[in-house]
Amino acid sequence: MSMGGDNSGGFPRGRAAIVGAATFGIGKCPGVSAVDMAARAALLALADAGIALSEVDALYTSAPYEALGGMELAEYLGLTPKVTDCNRTGGSAFEVYVQQAALALEAGLINCALIAYGSNPASNPPPGVGMTRQSPWEAPYKPLAPISSYALAASRHMHLYGTTREQLAEVAVAARQWAQLNPEAAVRDPLSIDDVLKARMVSDPLSVRDCCLFNDGAAAIIMVRADRAKDCAKAPIHVLGAAHAVTHREISSMPDLTVTGAAISGRQAFAQARVAPADIHVAMLYDAFTITPILFLEDLGFCPKGEGGRFVSGGHIAPGGGLALNTNGGGLSCVHPGMYGLFLLVEATRQLRGECEARQVRDARLAVAHGNGGVLSSEATVVLGTADTL
Amino acid sequence: MLQPEAEWRAHLAEGRFMIQRSRSTGGHVFYPRIAEPGTGAEDLEWVEASGTGIVHAVTIVRKKDPADSYTVTLVDLAEGPRLMSRVDGVPVDDVRIGMAVKASIIQEGDRPMLVFVPA
Repeated sequence: MSMGGDNSGGFPRGRAAIVGAATFGIGKCPGVSAVDMAARAALLALADAGIALSEVDALYTSAPYEALGGMELAEYLGLTPKVTDCNRTGGSAFEVYVQQAALALEAGLINCALIAYGSNPASNPPPGVGMTRQSPWEAPYKPLAPISSYALAASRHMHLYGTTREQLAEVAVAARQWAQLNPEAAVRDPLSIDDVLKARMVSDPLSVRDCCLFNDGAAAIIMVRADRAKDCAKAPIHVLGAAHAVTHREISSMPDLTVTGAAISGRQAFAQARVAPADIHVAMLYDAFTITPILFLEDLGFCPKGEGGRFVSGGHIAPGGGLALNTNGGGLSCVHPGMYGLFLLVEATRQLRGECEARQVRDARLAVAHGNGGVLSSEATVVLGTADTL
Repeated sequence: MLQPEAEWRAHLAEGRFMIQRSRSTGGHVFYPRIAEPGTGAEDLEWVEASGTGIVHAVTIVRKKDPADSYTVTLVDLAEGPRLMSRVDGVPVDDVRIGMAVKASIIQEGDRPMLVFVPA
């Protein structure tokens, strides 16, 4: 993996903005299809922005169970997008869409981008086991997909850096404490470190409480150029940087099990944004498993490599701690319908707008949303800021 | 035309654990493919793996009956490539990162399968 080179240029810092953001159907959303949910979230986000459906001329969507999923939502909403994308980098796809939409807006190719996603696997389980094929080089050994892959990375991190199960549990407990402040979060009952440690072990060192939810949810955001954003209903949240790196597909090909592509995407996105991790008020880091925010805190530069376990200890990422992390309750306690990346962007936007009530981070002006796809395979980082960070 | 997976499986069925090596770069490749990753070198030949390796990472998939639990292991081959496998011949809780292991071809169901045992 090449970690060298400076690719900080080329991104139109702050020139595109998120002007609409919405979630829908978090937790249980029975009786409807995934596209119904995506459409509902899309219309809520448009209403949030004060923008008409007819203004949308670009669609970025990831339909959960349809190989040709780029077209379904366009048809459903009666759109004829000039740009349509349905990339397949898993949960990181939505952070990649922000990057691509910002560039297409800057080029003048499009004027209004809709990024939308809905999925209800808890209420309407998909036929078969999902949309991924099994690797012929891994499947014979029966790893649980995807948990065993993350467990292997965790085992390596524990071996090299002395990271403990208690430190992993801190991530789950902090997420739950944030969820308890978020009325929309799906799981809000108390959770202790001991509960996590005593939970049923699935794939060492990860217990069932180290794993994200698999529930229903939809989300959408609207992006326009900064000049158009001034006329929208809510304060624009500007895209200051957005970068992406893919390092592998399967865990056996990950170049270094304890260093993710976030080390590449994060460095680029922060350079584009001209801010440092220490400047960030709200960090939304994809928590598919408790090990993932620990890796991303290190790789994005919030702490040195190997220090992530100690960083999250003692309630440091819980409400009232040193860093506001995953303030919606995360994939661990709020929502994870298969691909979670868009919910990171919605929560970051809400925090920067000051809409988060009991869980609001005071004076939040800079946020990072970091999406993860596959098995630590695809990493995409978006830095967002209020108008006074431009 | 090289048929990477099919040829590898044919070797395995004959009791040989083969990996690829580029004649020009000397780099070893696993899983089998039509070119060396990174260089794109297409001059790959089959060579017999030494079969020795080191456990790089390990997880235990826990089943209701502990006797059914098994390891999923990443092994670094002496030649360089890393692969996923399983360590047999030792209780699952005794498989440790850094452990020296050697390849073994077993019959699982009706298929030959590459696993590792303590060296």
